[in-house]
Amino acid sequence: MNVVEGIGGVLPAVEIVIAGEGAVCDPSGALYLPADRLLVVSDLHLEKGSSYARRGRMLPPYDTAATLKRLAAVIDRHRPAAVVSLGDSFHDADGAGRMPEAFRERLLLLMAGREWYWISGNHDPLPPEGLPGHWVEELGVGGLIFRHEPSPGEAEGEIAGHLHPGARIVRRGRSVRRACFACDGARLVMPAFGSLTGSLNVLDRAFAGLFRREALTAYMLGAERVYPIAGAMLRPT
Amino acid sequence: MDQETDLTAGARAATLPAPFREWFAARGWTPRRHQLDLLARTREGRSVLLIAPTGAGKTLAGFLPSLVDLAERARPKPGAPRQGIHTLYISPLKALAVDIQRNLTQPVSEMGLDIRMETRTGDTPAHKRQRQKHVPPDVLLTTPEQLALLIASADAGRFFAGLKYVVLDELHSLVTSKRGHLLSLGLARLRKLAPGMVGIGLSATVAEPEALRRWLVGQTPPGAMADIVTVAGGAKPEITILETDEHVPWAGHSARYAIPAVYEAIRRHRTTLLFVNTRSQAELLFRELWHINADNLPIALHHGSLDVAQRRRVEKAMETNSLRAIVATSTLDLGIDWGDVDLVVHVGAPKGASRLAQRIGRSNHRMDEPSRAILVPANRFEVMECRAAIEANYLGAQDTPPLSEGALDVLAQHVLGRACAEPFEEAEFFDEVRSAAPYSGLDAATFSRVVEFVATGGYALKTYERYARIRRMKDGRWRISHPRIAQQYRLNVGTIVEAPMLNVRLTRQRGGAMRGGMVLGKVEEYFLETLAPGDTFLFSGRTLRFEGIRENECFVTSAAGQDAMVPSYAGGKFPLSTYLAGEVRAMLGDPARWKALPEQVADWLRIQKEKSVLPRRQDLLVETFPRASRHYMVAYPFEGRLAHQTLGMLLTRRLERAGARPLGFVATDYSLAIWGLEDMGGMIRKGALSLAQLFDEDMLGDDLEAWLADSWLLKRTFRNCAVISGLVEKRHPGQEKTGRQVTVSADLIYDVLRAHEPDHILLQATWRDAATGLLDIARLGEMLSRTRGRIMHKDLERISPLAVPVMLEIGKEPVPGGASESLLGEAVDSLIEEAMGGA
Repeated sequence: MNVVEGIGGVLPAVEIVIAGEGAVCDPSGALYLPADRLLVVSDLHLEKGSSYARRGRMLPPYDTAATLKRLAAVIDRHRPAAVVSLGDSFHDADGAGRMPEAFRERLLLLMAGREWYWISGNHDPLPPEGLPGHWVEELGVGGLIFRHEPSPGEAEGEIAGHLHPGARIVRRGRSVRRACFACDGARLVMPAFGSLTGSLNVLDRAFAGLFRREALTAYMLGAERVYPIAGAMLRPT
Repeated sequence: MDQETDLTAGARAATLPAPFREWFAARGWTPRRHQLDLLARTREGRSVLLIAPTGAGKTLAGFLPSLVDLAERARPKPGAPRQGIHTLYISPLKALAVDIQRNLTQPVSEMGLDIRMETRTGDTPAHKRQRQKHVPPDVLLTTPEQLALLIASADAGRFFAGLKYVVLDELHSLVTSKRGHLLSLGLARLRKLAPGMVGIGLSATVAEPEALRRWLVGQTPPGAMADIVTVAGGAKPEITILETDEHVPWAGHSARYAIPAVYEAIRRHRTTLLFVNTRSQAELLFRELWHINADNLPIALHHGSLDVAQRRRVEKAMETNSLRAIVATSTLDLGIDWGDVDLVVHVGAPKGASRLAQRIGRSNHRMDEPSRAILVPANRFEVMECRAAIEANYLGAQDTPPLSEGALDVLAQHVLGRACAEPFEEAEFFDEVRSAAPYSGLDAATFSRVVEFVATGGYALKTYERYARIRRMKDGRWRISHPRIAQQYRLNVGTIVEAPMLNVRLTRQRGGAMRGGMVLGKVEEYFLETLAPGDTFLFSGRTLRFEGIRENECFVTSAAGQDAMVPSYAGGKFPLSTYLAGEVRAMLGDPARWKALPEQVADWLRIQKEKSVLPRRQDLLVETFPRASRHYMVAYPFEGRLAHQTLGMLLTRRLERAGARPLGFVATDYSLAIWGLEDMGGMIRKGALSLAQLFDEDMLGDDLEAWLADSWLLKRTFRNCAVISGLVEKRHPGQEKTGRQVTVSADLIYDVLRAHEPDHILLQATWRDAATGLLDIARLGEMLSRTRGRIMHKDLERISPLAVPVMLEIGKEPVPGGASESLLGEAVDSLIEEAMGGA
């Protein structure tokens, strides 16, 4: 049976509270903190295509352009005063150096007139070659702490990336899988923003111990809205 | 093998070398006419297509030229350089290669011939493969994938220089797939390496032998054909439709009503082979038979997903005739030795007349005695389909699919393999590729784009030049840029892209710790994704309870005695063939032919004629009627589920635009039902909706394009093309453990590519694949043009008898594709309901 019935009215952006701080989950996978006019994106993995090409897998060279386009759109939507790129901004340590000139200019344009923080990640342990911005291991803002890899155990106010969380539900015999923000009110793990990045189920063992299971909500990314799904409804793999 | 009464055969047998004459004579046999005919033609250097029914001694005939030549060759002088391969045998199945070796070893040793025969498959250990390279056997028995690997190695020239014969088994089944495309390119290469090589194709009866004859030889000049030797069919098979007093169901695929009658048939025969169309049908039939197996007859189950060890046990039991019945999904899943099968039961309609003929051929291996078969239709339309198939089998009608144009992803793989062997000159290689029949229509521009794709991905944005996998040398030839590339190629060769499968492990513990236990087989990941812990399903003949997934294993516990949630019928694997569809339409429109149908089916048609109308063979009937609070439109094109599904997608778009507010549709092999909120019948009457416009062929233009853009059908096709062409890596066993995060998702690549380079060669390849495969566009197009001006509309007050089967399907199938956003929305809504409703 193929159902072509439309979906209901569009809900406003989903607002959440992490360790007492208010934030907005954007359907693009970015997080916006209105109080600080701060935009957070994680795991851009720029130049992933060329990183594969170097090793003989000729993935399309358009991933950087696609990611930058979406980044431009979300920056335009929120006009933040500061941007945090939460690590793995480039797919490998040479990524920034390899980036074609046109893309570099596009990125510089986005960075102009605002603070920009590059947080180091496992894919990019060194500052991006030839790009401005602050290079930091982690960053504290109010009650929140931004770092690439989630720290083990409880970490009130931690906002991390690295794991590329995704979630899966089953409705009417059909499975829907999407990237998601994973949050239990104390900690948030960001979805990967890059256009060629896959996701890992939030119920995977890699997430063990990070969230209070009963409070976990997956904010699944839809085409135009974010869908908050209670942890109890999620399915593994 | 029995005596041939051909008087000249004895004289002609004199051309055989002494050991062969004596061997035949010692058994009281005379070589058959087709065996000698084939020998004579190949000796003149002609390639030959041998068409013969099962049991006609095809294998021996195919090998006779090679064995005779080997027997007559001079003994190599001591110290002379070793010869390369003399004869190459290629079969679609590893098991077949092994079996043939066993069957040939006996006559070869009995004749005292000094011939070395070896197999080479994916299972052959590395040291043995290495030795084969240094000391090639006379006869090498292998698969298309292994051939691709052999010709991609640097010493291919030396290895194949002395090649005289290539024997291709089961050619009819090989040529219709991408494996066939890969093999045709491999053959083109072999013809270059060994110009005098003779091809011998062994095939079951096919609709267009000319296509196979062209396939066997180089298309230089275009249209060149191999010779043909045909062995006339044996005795006519005795095929009947199961007679039963039970009510034949309107819809569904389970044929549960027929189980007692089928069991009776098993009891009355020595060994019965039961064929079904899908794995889930096999599981269900097996369980139902054991339910009523009062005599405890040994009945076994065999399908491709079961654990190999278990399959081998069943095959072994089959060889020793210790089974009374075996439930199987396809002839190719089964091993080779058929034992003493004296009855074939086909549950569900065979979907194609040729498929039926081949499956029936499995019973009674002696070709001069008639085979016996019983068809068990699962519903009323299938009764007509079975009737049509029986008449076709008596008429000798064939409906094997036509050979398709060579796929570009396969060509890309071959191009890289070619460069791995040695540098190539583009123009020369282009001619070689075009000598393979599937690629004879390829143009130079497309070929160049494929070469570019292999080199740098073929993108308009030229950023990968420095990473190129193959490069032009100063003299203009292409070569691989690094030995690592050849290594990558070897890991990814082949065209079989399997759906990710997980091991099914039977444990004792419920919930909690999951470990240990026996492996029952493999199940597709997408099926397990729809299960929640505690759900039950049928597999390996048992009812199992799903406990959970860990890494690449799925853990289950026994749920014996419980009712299973049976895997949903994912539609037949094969759509109804065009030939059978035409026959069913003809039967429908001709009351004189209803006499051949069971009374209750004929009655059903009579009532349909009274209440509505029966379309004539060339017409398309469209009925409209209200039911509950919805309005329905049911069309009867009889073009198979795939074409109907495409049609349904396109019609709902058009009805939406026309203001009919369609809500959904469901498609079967025979018809299509669309439901909506507006009275479509009324709209047609008042002229607000034109059926001629609605069914106009122009729907295959923009509407199709717009729908496909985001369709999961194209993404699935793209994934296969991306793997075969070498854009993304094949998944290897054990790799799954590293998680999805590290593997690049083909879906994401598809999205990026479509947004930035919609004309990319791989997207073109995907589109061509989908159009011939999952979408069945050619067939839909033919139907639309055939029925132009011949659409009969019947506006009814209530549902018609003919509409009942498709109406019963509504709500049974899960929603495929398109609606995932609304499912997410629903999940949120139910959450809100839960939160608000409880107050």
